[in-house]
Amino acid sequence: MASLGKEYKDGEVIFHQGEVGNCMYVIQRGEVEAVAVNQHGKELRLRTMGPNDFFGEMALFGSEKRSATIRALGDARVLTIDKKSFLGGIHEDPSLAFRIVKVMSHRIRDLTDRLATYEDK
Amino acid sequence: MLHASDGLSQLGQRAQAQPVDLAKTLHDGSRIAVVGAGPSGSMFSYFLLKMADTVALELDVHLYEPRHFCHRGPAGCNHCGGIVSESLVQRLATEGIALPDDVVQRGIESYTLHMDVGDVEIATPLHERRIAAIYRGNGPRNSEPLDTHSFDGYLQQLAYDQGATAMPKLVTNVTNDGEQMRVECADGSSADYDLVVIATGVNSRLIKTLQGQLSEYSPPEVTKTFICEFHLGKELIRKTLGPSMHVFLLDIPRLEFAALIPKGNYVTLCLLGDDIDDKLMEQFFSSPEVKNCFPGGVIPPHVCHCYPRINIQTAKPSYGDRLVMIGDSGTTRLFKDGIGASYRTAKAAARTAVFHGVAAEDFRKYYWPLCKKVDSDNQIGKLVFAIGSLVQRARFARRGVLRMTANEQKNPEIPPRMSEVLWDLFSGSAPYREVFLRTLHPAYIASLMWNLVAGNVPGKKPAAKQEPVESGNG
Repeated sequence: MASLGKEYKDGEVIFHQGEVGNCMYVIQRGEVEAVAVNQHGKELRLRTMGPNDFFGEMALFGSEKRSATIRALGDARVLTIDKKSFLGGIHEDPSLAFRIVKVMSHRIRDLTDRLATYEDK
Repeated sequence: MLHASDGLSQLGQRAQAQPVDLAKTLHDGSRIAVVGAGPSGSMFSYFLLKMADTVALELDVHLYEPRHFCHRGPAGCNHCGGIVSESLVQRLATEGIALPDDVVQRGIESYTLHMDVGDVEIATPLHERRIAAIYRGNGPRNSEPLDTHSFDGYLQQLAYDQGATAMPKLVTNVTNDGEQMRVECADGSSADYDLVVIATGVNSRLIKTLQGQLSEYSPPEVTKTFICEFHLGKELIRKTLGPSMHVFLLDIPRLEFAALIPKGNYVTLCLLGDDIDDKLMEQFFSSPEVKNCFPGGVIPPHVCHCYPRINIQTAKPSYGDRLVMIGDSGTTRLFKDGIGASYRTAKAAARTAVFHGVAAEDFRKYYWPLCKKVDSDNQIGKLVFAIGSLVQRARFARRGVLRMTANEQKNPEIPPRMSEVLWDLFSGSAPYREVFLRTLHPAYIASLMWNLVAGNVPGKKPAAKQEPVESGNG
Protein backbone atom coordinates (compact mmCIF):
# COMPACT_ATOMS: atom_id res chain seq x y z
CA MET A 1 0.00 0.00 0.00
CA ALA A 2 1.22 3.48 -0.79
CA SER A 3 0.02 7.04 -0.53
CA LEU A 4 -0.02 10.20 -2.56
CA GLY A 5 0.68 13.73 -1.39
CA LYS A 6 2.90 14.96 1.40
CA GLU A 7 2.97 13.85 5.03
CA TYR A 8 2.54 16.45 7.82
CA LYS A 9 3.21 15.61 11.46
CA ASP A 10 0.85 16.48 14.30
CA GLY A 11 0.87 20.27 14.79
CA GLU A 12 2.90 20.95 11.65
CA VAL A 13 1.75 24.06 9.78
CA ILE A 14 0.80 23.62 6.12
CA PHE A 15 0.55 27.36 5.56
CA HIS A 16 0.36 30.47 7.74
CA GLN A 17 -2.27 33.19 7.89
CA GLY A 18 -1.04 36.18 5.88
CA GLU A 19 1.15 34.21 3.47
CA VAL A 20 0.57 34.62 -0.26
CA GLY A 21 -0.42 31.29 -1.80
CA ASN A 22 -0.79 29.93 -5.32
CA CYS A 23 -2.22 26.47 -4.72
CA MET A 24 -4.98 24.69 -2.86
CA TYR A 25 -4.86 21.41 -0.96
CA VAL A 26 -6.96 18.25 -0.69
CA ILE A 27 -6.71 16.08 2.43
CA GLN A 28 -5.89 12.48 1.56
CA ARG A 29 -5.72 11.12 5.10
CA GLY A 30 -6.06 12.50 8.65
CA GLU A 31 -7.41 15.85 9.83
CA VAL A 32 -6.34 19.48 9.79
CA GLU A 33 -7.61 22.56 11.60
CA ALA A 34 -8.06 26.09 10.29
CA VAL A 35 -7.19 28.73 12.88
CA ALA A 36 -7.05 32.52 12.69
CA VAL A 37 -5.62 35.12 15.05
CA ASN A 38 -7.99 38.01 15.83
CA GLN A 39 -7.08 41.66 16.47
CA HIS A 40 -6.49 40.87 20.18
CA GLY A 41 -3.93 38.21 19.30
CA LYS A 42 -6.24 35.39 20.34
CA GLU A 43 -6.19 32.23 18.20
CA LEU A 44 -9.63 31.00 17.15
CA ARG A 45 -10.39 27.61 15.59
CA LEU A 46 -12.56 28.21 12.51
CA ARG A 47 -13.15 24.60 11.53
CA THR A 48 -11.62 21.15 11.29
CA MET A 49 -11.45 19.21 8.03
CA GLY A 50 -11.01 15.55 7.14
CA PRO A 51 -10.38 13.24 4.16
CA ASN A 52 -11.41 14.65 0.76
CA ASP A 53 -11.99 18.15 2.22
CA PHE A 54 -10.08 20.95 0.52
CA PHE A 55 -8.63 24.20 1.78
CA GLY A 56 -6.63 27.16 0.47
CA GLU A 57 -8.98 27.46 -2.53
CA MET A 58 -9.33 31.27 -2.19
CA ALA A 59 -5.71 31.65 -3.35
CA LEU A 60 -6.71 30.15 -6.70
CA PHE A 61 -9.23 32.87 -7.48
CA GLY A 62 -7.18 35.88 -6.41
CA SER A 63 -3.80 36.84 -5.08
CA GLU A 64 -4.99 37.69 -1.57
CA LYS A 65 -3.09 36.48 1.46
CA ARG A 66 -4.11 33.28 3.24
CA SER A 67 -7.00 34.08 5.59
CA ALA A 68 -6.14 31.39 8.13
CA THR A 69 -3.39 29.11 9.33
CA ILE A 70 -3.80 25.40 8.53
CA ARG A 71 -2.28 22.87 10.94
CA ALA A 72 -2.24 19.08 10.99
CA LEU A 73 -4.35 17.52 13.77
CA GLY A 74 -2.46 14.29 14.24
CA ASP A 75 -0.50 12.95 11.26
CA ALA A 76 -2.09 14.02 7.99
CA ARG A 77 -1.39 13.49 4.30
CA VAL A 78 -2.25 16.34 1.95
CA LEU A 79 -2.16 16.68 -1.85
CA THR A 80 -1.27 20.00 -3.49
CA ILE A 81 -3.39 21.25 -6.40
CA ASP A 82 -1.53 23.71 -8.66
CA LYS A 83 -3.26 26.94 -9.62
CA LYS A 84 -2.38 26.42 -13.27
CA SER A 85 -3.64 22.85 -13.30
CA PHE A 86 -6.89 23.81 -11.55
CA LEU A 87 -7.70 26.86 -13.67
CA GLY A 88 -6.68 25.03 -16.86
CA GLY A 89 -9.05 22.21 -15.89
CA ILE A 90 -11.93 24.63 -15.29
CA HIS A 91 -11.26 26.32 -18.63
CA GLU A 92 -11.70 22.97 -20.39
CA ASP A 93 -14.43 21.65 -18.11
CA PRO A 94 -16.36 24.23 -16.06
CA SER A 95 -18.15 21.43 -14.17
CA LEU A 96 -14.84 20.79 -12.39
CA ALA A 97 -15.72 23.82 -10.24
CA PHE A 98 -19.14 22.42 -9.16
CA ARG A 99 -17.81 20.79 -6.02
CA ILE A 100 -15.67 23.78 -5.03
CA VAL A 101 -18.59 26.20 -5.46
CA LYS A 102 -20.91 23.87 -3.54
CA VAL A 103 -18.53 23.55 -0.58
CA MET A 104 -17.72 27.27 -0.60
CA SER A 105 -21.43 28.11 -0.47
CA HIS A 106 -21.83 25.71 2.49
CA ARG A 107 -18.98 27.50 4.24
CA ILE A 108 -20.55 30.92 3.59
CA ARG A 109 -23.85 29.61 5.00
CA ASP A 110 -22.02 28.24 8.05
CA LEU A 111 -20.23 31.56 8.63
CA THR A 112 -23.50 33.48 8.20
CA ASP A 113 -25.18 31.26 10.85
CA ARG A 114 -22.26 31.73 13.21
CA LEU A 115 -22.28 35.50 12.67
CA ALA A 116 -26.02 35.63 13.37
CA THR A 117 -25.48 33.65 16.60
CA TYR A 118 -22.65 36.00 17.57
CA GLU A 119 -24.77 39.12 16.91
CA ASP A 120 -27.50 37.65 19.15
CA LYS A 121 -25.16 37.42 22.13
CA MET B 1 -29.97 -4.58 -37.61
CA LEU B 2 -27.68 -2.04 -39.22
CA HIS B 3 -26.51 -2.61 -42.75
CA ALA B 4 -23.22 -1.78 -44.39
CA SER B 5 -24.80 1.24 -46.04
CA ASP B 6 -25.72 2.76 -42.67
CA GLY B 7 -23.31 5.45 -41.55
CA LEU B 8 -22.93 6.73 -38.00
CA SER B 9 -24.88 9.84 -38.88
CA GLN B 10 -27.65 7.64 -40.26
CA LEU B 11 -27.98 5.67 -37.05
CA GLY B 12 -30.68 7.90 -35.63
CA GLN B 13 -32.19 9.37 -38.79
CA ARG B 14 -35.11 7.02 -38.50
CA ALA B 15 -35.80 8.45 -35.06
CA GLN B 16 -35.93 12.01 -36.41
CA ALA B 17 -39.65 11.74 -37.11
CA GLN B 18 -40.22 11.94 -33.37
CA PRO B 19 -40.31 15.30 -31.57
CA VAL B 20 -36.70 16.39 -31.23
CA ASP B 21 -36.75 17.23 -27.52
CA LEU B 22 -38.25 13.86 -26.58
CA ALA B 23 -36.38 11.70 -29.02
CA LYS B 24 -32.89 13.01 -28.51
CA THR B 25 -32.62 14.33 -25.00
CA LEU B 26 -32.45 12.37 -21.78
CA HIS B 27 -35.48 12.51 -19.49
CA ASP B 28 -36.55 10.81 -16.26
CA GLY B 29 -36.32 7.08 -16.77
CA SER B 30 -34.03 7.26 -19.84
CA ARG B 31 -31.98 4.11 -20.21
CA ILE B 32 -28.26 4.26 -20.93
CA ALA B 33 -26.02 1.31 -21.74
CA VAL B 34 -22.31 1.73 -21.05
CA VAL B 35 -20.32 -1.05 -22.73
CA GLY B 36 -17.07 -1.64 -20.84
CA ALA B 37 -16.30 -0.82 -17.20
CA GLY B 38 -12.70 0.27 -17.59
CA PRO B 39 -11.85 3.82 -16.48
CA SER B 40 -13.79 5.40 -19.39
CA GLY B 41 -17.01 3.46 -18.84
CA SER B 42 -16.97 3.70 -15.06
CA MET B 43 -16.08 7.40 -15.02
CA PHE B 44 -18.74 8.14 -17.65
CA SER B 45 -21.37 6.35 -15.52
CA TYR B 46 -20.21 8.07 -12.35
CA PHE B 47 -20.17 11.60 -13.80
CA LEU B 48 -23.35 11.12 -15.83
CA LEU B 49 -25.26 10.11 -12.70
CA LYS B 50 -23.70 12.91 -10.64
CA MET B 51 -24.54 15.57 -13.23
CA ALA B 52 -28.05 14.14 -13.67
CA ASP B 53 -28.50 14.40 -9.91
CA THR B 54 -27.62 18.11 -9.97
CA VAL B 55 -30.50 18.77 -12.41
CA ALA B 56 -32.88 16.30 -10.69
CA LEU B 57 -32.83 13.88 -13.62
CA GLU B 58 -33.34 10.19 -12.85
CA LEU B 59 -31.48 7.94 -15.25
CA ASP B 60 -31.17 4.18 -15.50
CA VAL B 61 -27.53 3.39 -16.28
CA HIS B 62 -26.48 -0.19 -17.08
CA LEU B 63 -22.73 -0.86 -16.93
CA TYR B 64 -21.82 -3.92 -19.04
CA GLU B 65 -18.61 -5.71 -18.03
CA PRO B 66 -18.13 -9.49 -18.12
CA ARG B 67 -14.78 -9.44 -16.26
CA HIS B 68 -14.11 -9.21 -12.56
CA PHE B 69 -11.26 -6.85 -11.73
CA CYS B 70 -10.65 -8.66 -8.45
CA HIS B 71 -8.96 -11.50 -10.42
CA ARG B 72 -5.18 -11.62 -10.64
CA GLY B 73 -3.42 -11.93 -13.99
CA PRO B 74 -4.96 -11.44 -17.46
CA ALA B 75 -8.52 -12.43 -16.39
CA GLY B 76 -8.92 -9.24 -14.36
CA CYS B 77 -6.49 -6.96 -16.15
CA ASN B 78 -6.99 -4.21 -18.71
CA HIS B 79 -3.41 -4.48 -20.01
CA CYS B 80 -1.81 -1.12 -19.37
CA GLY B 81 1.38 0.25 -17.81
CA GLY B 82 -0.72 1.59 -14.95
CA ILE B 83 0.24 5.21 -14.33
CA VAL B 84 -2.18 7.88 -13.16
CA SER B 85 -0.57 11.16 -14.21
CA GLU B 86 0.12 14.14 -12.00
CA SER B 87 -2.59 16.20 -13.72
CA LEU B 88 -5.20 13.43 -13.39
CA VAL B 89 -4.39 12.80 -9.71
CA GLN B 90 -5.05 16.53 -9.11
CA ARG B 91 -8.25 16.58 -11.20
CA LEU B 92 -9.64 13.51 -9.43
CA ALA B 93 -8.79 14.98 -6.03
CA THR B 94 -10.59 18.20 -7.04
CA GLU B 95 -13.62 16.08 -8.01
CA GLY B 96 -13.54 14.53 -4.53
CA ILE B 97 -12.01 11.25 -5.70
CA ALA B 98 -8.94 10.56 -3.56
CA LEU B 99 -7.24 7.36 -4.68
CA PRO B 100 -7.17 5.02 -1.65
CA ASP B 101 -3.86 3.73 -0.32
CA ASP B 102 -4.70 0.13 -1.29
CA VAL B 103 -5.23 1.21 -4.93
CA VAL B 104 -1.97 3.16 -5.16
CA GLN B 105 0.82 0.58 -5.49
CA ARG B 106 3.46 3.27 -5.26
CA GLY B 107 3.60 7.06 -5.32
CA ILE B 108 6.19 8.11 -7.88
CA GLU B 109 8.58 10.82 -6.66
CA SER B 110 10.96 11.17 -9.57
CA TYR B 111 11.92 10.03 -13.05
CA THR B 112 15.36 8.58 -13.70
CA LEU B 113 16.51 8.96 -17.28
CA HIS B 114 18.92 6.25 -18.46
CA MET B 115 21.13 6.79 -21.49
CA ASP B 116 24.39 5.23 -22.66
CA VAL B 117 26.15 8.49 -21.72
CA GLY B 118 24.89 8.47 -18.11
CA ASP B 119 21.82 8.64 -15.87
CA VAL B 120 20.06 11.56 -14.26
CA GLU B 121 17.23 11.70 -11.73
CA ILE B 122 14.58 14.39 -12.23
CA ALA B 123 12.76 15.12 -8.99
CA THR B 124 9.09 16.08 -8.85
CA PRO B 125 8.82 19.90 -8.84
CA LEU B 126 7.16 20.07 -5.37
CA HIS B 127 8.96 17.05 -3.88
CA GLU B 128 5.56 15.50 -3.38
CA ARG B 129 4.12 12.18 -4.58
CA ARG B 130 1.51 13.11 -7.15
CA ILE B 131 1.90 10.29 -9.69
CA ALA B 132 0.25 6.97 -8.86
CA ALA B 133 1.51 3.57 -10.03
CA ILE B 134 -1.55 1.31 -10.04
CA TYR B 135 -2.76 -2.10 -11.23
CA ARG B 136 -5.67 -2.07 -13.62
CA GLY B 137 -6.57 -5.58 -12.42
CA ASN B 138 -5.58 -7.09 -9.12
CA GLY B 139 -1.91 -7.74 -9.73
CA PRO B 140 0.18 -10.03 -11.95
CA ARG B 141 -0.55 -13.69 -12.68
CA ASN B 142 0.18 -15.95 -9.68
CA SER B 143 1.00 -12.98 -7.46
CA GLU B 144 0.62 -13.58 -3.76
CA PRO B 145 -2.56 -12.26 -2.14
CA LEU B 146 -1.88 -8.75 -0.92
CA ASP B 147 -3.95 -6.04 0.63
CA THR B 148 -4.32 -4.28 -2.71
CA HIS B 149 -7.22 -3.21 -4.90
CA SER B 150 -7.65 -2.81 -8.64
CA PHE B 151 -7.86 0.75 -9.98
CA ASP B 152 -10.55 -0.26 -12.49
CA GLY B 153 -12.42 -2.11 -9.75
CA TYR B 154 -12.29 1.00 -7.55
CA LEU B 155 -13.76 3.23 -10.29
CA GLN B 156 -16.36 0.58 -11.13
CA GLN B 157 -17.47 0.58 -7.48
CA LEU B 158 -17.73 4.40 -7.55
CA ALA B 159 -20.12 4.07 -10.49
CA TYR B 160 -22.20 1.45 -8.66
CA ASP B 161 -22.28 3.57 -5.51
CA GLN B 162 -23.58 6.46 -7.62
CA GLY B 163 -26.45 4.26 -8.85
CA ALA B 164 -25.24 2.38 -11.96
CA THR B 165 -26.48 -1.19 -12.36
CA ALA B 166 -23.94 -3.99 -12.89
CA MET B 167 -24.51 -6.02 -16.06
CA PRO B 168 -21.96 -8.88 -15.99
CA LYS B 169 -22.46 -9.78 -19.64
CA LEU B 170 -20.39 -9.73 -22.82
CA VAL B 171 -21.88 -7.38 -25.41
CA THR B 172 -21.51 -8.82 -28.91
CA ASN B 173 -23.42 -6.29 -31.00
CA VAL B 174 -25.06 -2.87 -30.93
CA THR B 175 -27.88 -2.23 -33.38
CA ASN B 176 -30.58 0.34 -34.08
CA ASP B 177 -34.23 -0.68 -34.43
CA GLY B 178 -35.31 2.70 -35.74
CA GLU B 179 -36.30 4.34 -32.46
CA GLN B 180 -33.84 3.04 -29.93
CA MET B 181 -30.42 1.44 -29.71
CA ARG B 182 -30.33 -2.27 -28.96
CA VAL B 183 -27.54 -4.05 -27.08
CA GLU B 184 -27.15 -7.76 -27.81
CA CYS B 185 -25.23 -10.05 -25.47
CA ALA B 186 -23.36 -13.33 -25.84
CA ASP B 187 -25.97 -15.13 -23.70
CA GLY B 188 -28.68 -14.31 -26.29
CA SER B 189 -30.32 -11.54 -24.26
CA SER B 190 -30.87 -8.05 -25.59
CA ALA B 191 -32.19 -4.72 -24.27
CA ASP B 192 -33.17 -1.33 -25.72
CA TYR B 193 -31.59 1.96 -24.70
CA ASP B 194 -31.84 5.70 -25.35
CA LEU B 195 -28.06 6.02 -25.47
CA VAL B 196 -25.23 3.53 -25.94
CA VAL B 197 -21.72 4.44 -24.85
CA ILE B 198 -18.87 2.36 -26.26
CA ALA B 199 -15.99 2.19 -23.77
CA THR B 200 -14.44 -1.14 -24.70
CA GLY B 201 -10.97 0.10 -25.59
CA VAL B 202 -9.31 -1.10 -28.79
CA ASN B 203 -8.66 -4.70 -27.78
CA SER B 204 -12.33 -5.66 -28.17
CA ARG B 205 -14.13 -7.45 -31.02
CA LEU B 206 -17.08 -5.07 -30.70
CA ILE B 207 -15.09 -2.30 -32.42
CA LYS B 208 -14.61 -4.58 -35.46
CA THR B 209 -18.31 -5.47 -35.44
CA LEU B 210 -19.26 -1.78 -35.46
CA GLN B 211 -16.75 -1.12 -38.23
CA GLY B 212 -18.48 -3.72 -40.39
CA GLN B 213 -21.84 -2.07 -39.85
CA LEU B 214 -21.04 1.63 -40.11
CA SER B 215 -19.77 2.76 -43.48
CA GLU B 216 -18.57 6.20 -42.28
CA TYR B 217 -16.84 4.87 -39.22
CA SER B 218 -13.07 4.72 -39.29
CA PRO B 219 -11.84 2.83 -36.20
CA PRO B 220 -8.84 4.03 -34.21
CA GLU B 221 -5.44 3.14 -35.64
CA VAL B 222 -3.49 0.92 -33.28
CA THR B 223 0.01 -0.33 -32.62
CA LYS B 224 1.26 -3.28 -30.59
CA THR B 225 3.06 -2.69 -27.30
CA PHE B 226 4.71 -4.96 -24.74
CA ILE B 227 4.06 -4.99 -21.00
CA CYS B 228 5.49 -7.43 -18.47
CA GLU B 229 5.91 -7.79 -14.72
CA PHE B 230 9.03 -8.76 -12.76
CA HIS B 231 8.91 -9.95 -9.16
CA LEU B 232 11.70 -8.34 -7.14
CA GLY B 233 10.11 -7.83 -3.73
CA LYS B 234 9.66 -4.55 -1.89
CA GLU B 235 13.10 -4.44 -0.28
CA LEU B 236 15.01 -5.04 -3.52
CA ILE B 237 12.86 -2.49 -5.33
CA ARG B 238 13.60 0.03 -2.59
CA LYS B 239 17.33 -0.58 -2.93
CA THR B 240 17.56 -0.72 -6.72
CA LEU B 241 14.79 1.43 -8.19
CA GLY B 242 13.48 3.48 -5.26
CA PRO B 243 10.28 5.54 -5.67
CA SER B 244 11.43 6.53 -9.16
CA MET B 245 10.08 5.63 -12.58
CA HIS B 246 13.01 4.61 -14.78
CA VAL B 247 12.86 5.82 -18.37
CA PHE B 248 15.25 4.77 -21.14
CA LEU B 249 16.49 6.86 -24.05
CA LEU B 250 18.33 4.21 -26.04
CA ASP B 251 19.44 4.06 -29.65
CA ILE B 252 17.06 1.24 -30.61
CA PRO B 253 15.11 1.66 -33.87
CA ARG B 254 11.29 1.81 -33.54
CA LEU B 255 11.43 2.18 -29.73
CA GLU B 256 9.65 5.39 -28.74
CA PHE B 257 9.40 4.95 -24.98
CA ALA B 258 10.50 2.41 -22.41
CA ALA B 259 9.92 2.58 -18.67
CA LEU B 260 10.28 0.48 -15.53
CA ILE B 261 7.51 1.30 -13.06
CA PRO B 262 7.97 0.11 -9.46
CA LYS B 263 4.77 -1.18 -7.82
CA GLY B 264 4.69 -2.93 -4.45
CA ASN B 265 6.53 -6.25 -4.87
CA TYR B 266 6.63 -6.01 -8.67
CA VAL B 267 8.11 -3.87 -11.40
CA THR B 268 6.17 -3.24 -14.61
CA LEU B 269 8.08 -2.86 -17.87
CA CYS B 270 6.32 -0.93 -20.59
CA LEU B 271 7.66 -0.74 -24.16
CA LEU B 272 5.96 1.59 -26.62
CA GLY B 273 6.87 2.13 -30.23
CA ASP B 274 6.22 1.03 -33.76
CA ASP B 275 4.97 -2.56 -33.46
CA ILE B 276 7.15 -3.96 -30.70
CA ASP B 277 8.57 -7.36 -31.74
CA ASP B 278 11.08 -9.97 -30.49
CA LYS B 279 14.03 -8.32 -32.22
CA LEU B 280 13.38 -4.98 -30.57
CA MET B 281 12.87 -6.62 -27.17
CA GLU B 282 16.12 -8.57 -27.51
CA GLN B 283 18.00 -5.33 -28.23
CA PHE B 284 16.35 -3.65 -25.26
CA PHE B 285 17.01 -6.44 -22.75
CA SER B 286 20.64 -6.78 -23.84
CA SER B 287 21.48 -3.12 -23.30
CA PRO B 288 23.66 -2.47 -20.22
CA GLU B 289 21.50 0.51 -19.16
CA VAL B 290 18.53 -1.84 -18.67
CA LYS B 291 20.51 -4.65 -17.04
CA ASN B 292 22.08 -2.23 -14.57
CA CYS B 293 18.64 -1.39 -13.17
CA PHE B 294 18.24 -4.96 -11.89
CA PRO B 295 20.03 -6.51 -8.90
CA GLY B 296 23.41 -7.89 -9.97
CA GLY B 297 22.77 -6.75 -13.53
CA VAL B 298 20.61 -9.83 -14.15
CA ILE B 299 17.12 -9.46 -15.58
CA PRO B 300 14.85 -12.01 -13.87
CA PRO B 301 12.22 -13.97 -15.83
CA HIS B 302 8.93 -12.08 -16.04
CA VAL B 303 5.90 -13.52 -14.28
CA CYS B 304 3.23 -12.07 -16.53
CA HIS B 305 3.25 -10.41 -19.94
CA CYS B 306 0.96 -9.14 -22.70
CA TYR B 307 1.05 -7.42 -26.09
CA PRO B 308 -1.87 -4.98 -25.87
CA ARG B 309 -2.71 -2.69 -28.75
CA ILE B 310 -2.99 1.03 -28.11
CA ASN B 311 -4.83 3.77 -29.95
CA ILE B 312 -2.50 6.03 -31.97
CA GLN B 313 -5.10 7.73 -34.17
CA THR B 314 -8.59 8.95 -33.24
CA ALA B 315 -11.66 7.03 -34.47
CA LYS B 316 -13.66 9.16 -36.95
CA PRO B 317 -16.36 10.02 -36.23
CA SER B 318 -16.59 8.73 -32.66
CA TYR B 319 -20.28 9.55 -32.26
CA GLY B 320 -23.68 9.16 -33.88
CA ASP B 321 -27.30 9.58 -32.88
CA ARG B 322 -27.64 7.95 -29.44
CA LEU B 323 -24.13 6.57 -29.73
CA VAL B 324 -20.77 7.82 -28.49
CA MET B 325 -17.33 6.25 -28.22
CA ILE B 326 -15.11 7.31 -25.35
CA GLY B 327 -11.60 6.58 -24.09
CA ASP B 328 -9.45 4.37 -26.32
CA SER B 329 -12.49 3.42 -28.42
CA GLY B 330 -12.67 7.07 -29.51
CA THR B 331 -9.53 9.05 -28.84
CA THR B 332 -6.62 9.05 -26.43
CA ARG B 333 -3.30 10.81 -25.98
CA LEU B 334 -0.37 9.47 -27.96
CA PHE B 335 1.64 7.07 -25.76
CA LYS B 336 0.85 8.96 -22.51
CA ASP B 337 -1.85 9.60 -19.96
CA GLY B 338 -4.40 7.25 -21.51
CA ILE B 339 -6.35 7.18 -18.24
CA GLY B 340 -6.38 10.99 -18.24
CA ALA B 341 -7.85 10.93 -21.76
CA SER B 342 -10.47 8.46 -20.54
CA TYR B 343 -11.46 10.89 -17.79
CA ARG B 344 -11.65 13.85 -20.18
CA THR B 345 -13.66 12.07 -22.89
CA ALA B 346 -15.94 10.37 -20.33
CA LYS B 347 -16.78 13.68 -18.70
CA ALA B 348 -17.23 15.53 -21.99
CA ALA B 349 -19.62 12.83 -23.25
CA ALA B 350 -21.54 12.85 -19.92
CA ARG B 351 -21.86 16.66 -19.99
CA THR B 352 -23.15 16.54 -23.56
CA ALA B 353 -25.72 13.84 -22.78
CA VAL B 354 -27.08 15.53 -19.64
CA PHE B 355 -26.97 19.20 -20.60
CA HIS B 356 -27.41 19.13 -24.40
CA GLY B 357 -28.76 15.87 -25.80
CA VAL B 358 -27.83 12.56 -27.37
CA ALA B 359 -28.23 13.41 -31.06
CA ALA B 360 -25.23 13.19 -33.38
CA GLU B 361 -25.40 16.98 -33.71
CA ASP B 362 -25.09 17.39 -29.92
CA PHE B 363 -22.01 15.17 -29.79
CA ARG B 364 -20.57 16.95 -32.84
CA LYS B 365 -20.97 20.35 -31.17
CA TYR B 366 -20.04 19.53 -27.58
CA TYR B 367 -18.01 16.29 -27.57
CA TRP B 368 -16.12 16.14 -30.87
CA PRO B 369 -14.14 19.39 -30.27
CA LEU B 370 -12.36 17.70 -27.35
CA CYS B 371 -11.50 14.68 -29.54
CA LYS B 372 -10.18 17.01 -32.24
CA LYS B 373 -8.13 18.92 -29.66
CA VAL B 374 -6.56 15.68 -28.40
CA ASP B 375 -5.96 14.56 -31.99
CA SER B 376 -4.28 17.86 -32.93
CA ASP B 377 -2.10 17.67 -29.85
CA ASN B 378 -1.11 14.12 -30.81
CA GLN B 379 0.13 15.44 -34.17
CA ILE B 380 2.47 17.76 -32.25
CA GLY B 381 3.29 14.77 -30.03
CA LYS B 382 4.46 12.87 -33.11
CA LEU B 383 6.79 15.75 -33.89
CA VAL B 384 8.07 15.79 -30.29
CA PHE B 385 8.74 12.04 -30.39
CA ALA B 386 10.45 12.45 -33.79
CA ILE B 387 12.80 15.01 -32.20
CA GLY B 388 13.28 12.54 -29.32
CA SER B 389 14.26 9.88 -31.87
CA LEU B 390 16.93 12.20 -33.27
CA VAL B 391 18.35 12.63 -29.75
CA GLN B 392 18.19 8.83 -29.33
CA ARG B 393 20.36 8.39 -32.41
CA ALA B 394 22.88 11.17 -31.78
CA ARG B 395 25.34 10.53 -28.95
CA PHE B 396 26.49 14.15 -28.84
CA ALA B 397 22.86 15.27 -28.38
CA ARG B 398 22.37 12.77 -25.54
CA ARG B 399 25.46 14.20 -23.82
CA GLY B 400 24.05 17.72 -24.11
CA VAL B 401 20.65 16.69 -22.73
CA LEU B 402 22.29 14.81 -19.85
CA ARG B 403 24.57 17.72 -18.93
CA MET B 404 21.79 20.31 -19.05
CA THR B 405 19.40 18.19 -16.95
CA ALA B 406 22.04 17.15 -14.41
CA ASN B 407 23.13 20.76 -13.88
CA GLU B 408 19.53 21.90 -13.39
CA GLN B 409 18.91 19.13 -10.84
CA LYS B 410 22.10 19.92 -8.93
CA ASN B 411 21.64 23.68 -8.84
CA PRO B 412 18.20 25.05 -7.84
CA GLU B 413 19.27 28.50 -9.05
CA ILE B 414 19.26 27.33 -12.69
CA PRO B 415 15.78 27.48 -14.30
CA PRO B 416 14.78 23.82 -14.86
CA ARG B 417 13.97 24.22 -18.57
CA MET B 418 15.12 20.80 -19.78
CA SER B 419 13.92 19.10 -16.57
CA GLU B 420 10.42 20.49 -17.05
CA VAL B 421 10.31 19.43 -20.70
CA LEU B 422 11.44 15.89 -19.83
CA TRP B 423 9.17 15.72 -16.77
CA ASP B 424 6.07 16.67 -18.75
CA LEU B 425 7.07 14.42 -21.64
CA PHE B 426 7.61 11.37 -19.40
CA SER B 427 4.71 11.98 -17.05
CA GLY B 428 2.19 13.11 -19.66
CA SER B 429 1.20 15.94 -17.32
CA ALA B 430 1.13 18.65 -19.99
CA PRO B 431 -0.18 18.74 -23.57
CA TYR B 432 2.47 18.06 -26.23
CA ARG B 433 1.85 21.55 -27.61
CA GLU B 434 2.97 23.08 -24.32
CA VAL B 435 6.04 20.83 -24.19
CA PHE B 436 6.94 21.75 -27.78
CA LEU B 437 6.47 25.50 -27.23
CA ARG B 438 8.81 25.37 -24.25
CA THR B 439 11.55 23.99 -26.48
CA LEU B 440 11.21 27.07 -28.70
CA HIS B 441 12.02 29.47 -25.87
CA PRO B 442 15.25 31.34 -26.73
CA ALA B 443 16.69 30.68 -23.23
CA TYR B 444 16.04 26.92 -23.65
CA ILE B 445 17.68 26.88 -27.08
CA ALA B 446 20.67 28.91 -25.86
CA SER B 447 21.15 26.69 -22.82
CA LEU B 448 20.86 23.51 -24.91
CA MET B 449 23.40 24.84 -27.44
CA TRP B 450 25.85 25.67 -24.65
CA ASN B 451 25.40 22.24 -23.05
CA LEU B 452 25.80 20.50 -26.41
CA VAL B 453 29.18 22.19 -26.75
CA ALA B 454 30.27 21.84 -23.11
CA GLY B 455 29.00 18.26 -22.86
CA ASN B 456 31.07 17.14 -25.82
CA VAL B 457 34.41 18.65 -24.81
CA PRO B 458 36.93 15.76 -24.90
CA GLY B 459 38.02 14.55 -21.46
CA LYS B 460 34.75 15.52 -19.70
CA LYS B 461 33.22 12.75 -17.61
CA PRO B 462 29.53 11.94 -17.90
CA ALA B 463 27.30 12.82 -14.93
CA ALA B 464 27.59 10.41 -12.03
CA LYS B 465 24.76 7.99 -11.44
CA GLN B 466 22.65 8.88 -8.41
CA GLU B 467 21.72 6.17 -5.96
CA PRO B 468 18.00 5.64 -5.47
CA VAL B 469 16.80 7.00 -2.16
CA GLU B 470 13.64 5.98 -0.35
CA SER B 471 12.41 9.02 1.52
CA GLY B 472 9.98 7.14 3.68
CA ASN B 473 7.28 9.50 2.50
CA GLY B 474 4.64 6.79 2.42
